[in-house]
Amino acid sequence: MGSTGEMELIFDSSSANESFARVTVAAFMTRLNPTLEEVSDVKTAVSEAVTNAIIHGYEQEKGKIRIRCKVEEKTLYIEISDDGRGIDDVKKAMEPLFTTKPELDRSGMGFAFMEAFMDEVLVESHPHEGTTVKMKKTIGEGLKPWITQSL
Amino acid sequence: MQYQVEENCLTIFLPQELDHHNAEDIRKEADRLIEEKHIKHVIFDFQGTSFMDSSGIGVIMGRYRQIYLLGGEVWAVHANERMKKILAMSGVTKIMQLYEEEKE
Repeated sequence: MGSTGEMELIFDSSSANESFARVTVAAFMTRLNPTLEEVSDVKTAVSEAVTNAIIHGYEQEKGKIRIRCKVEEKTLYIEISDDGRGIDDVKKAMEPLFTTKPELDRSGMGFAFMEAFMDEVLVESHPHEGTTVKMKKTIGEGLKPWITQSL
Repeated sequence: MQYQVEENCLTIFLPQELDHHNAEDIRKEADRLIEEKHIKHVIFDFQGTSFMDSSGIGVIMGRYRQIYLLGGEVWAVHANERMKKILAMSGVTKIMQLYEEEKE
């Protein structure tokens, strides 16, 4: 029982929109008949990527964030882009606990959470042009054992 | 958000969704109280919380940094399974006590 479809969402880089973004993606993915756990996983991953765009991409300045979602068969594809400052060193940025903004109480766990909750996470970034995070997750793979180990 | 101070212990009743947007307010208010009321221990009450991302982890780690030099502790109470999973994954449970349901 596969279904297809796409959606695109463009919104201001304000922290008040973080909730709007993850709830919208959660609503879009209901067509895949996900478990509550799968919905929570996706909401967390979306929240991390959008928060990164706001804090790091635009450094709290105004900008637009774009989310594109697609379902193919049982797989959800999500792309979250900004036109912000970009990431200097993507590999470093993705290391758990690495953060450029410890003074803002950032935990450095954003990418680690995206990778833990999604099947695949790809980051494309160009300095001064922006960043795109591409994630995918196949829904209904059955219950995976919970990750109880620390990242 | 609600805050409760009892002697040197601050309880923070967390919102339904603990993300970057909410974390900013909690951070500011909690730090003000910690300083003004000479707080040593911080309890995060997850009773009404169903969503948290890494911004929530940042709030916990940040408060821990404030109080551990005073010999203080951070606690989590009323965390549901999802919240426990996020806390465990982040490793924050190494510095924080998880308090299970209060039993009479």
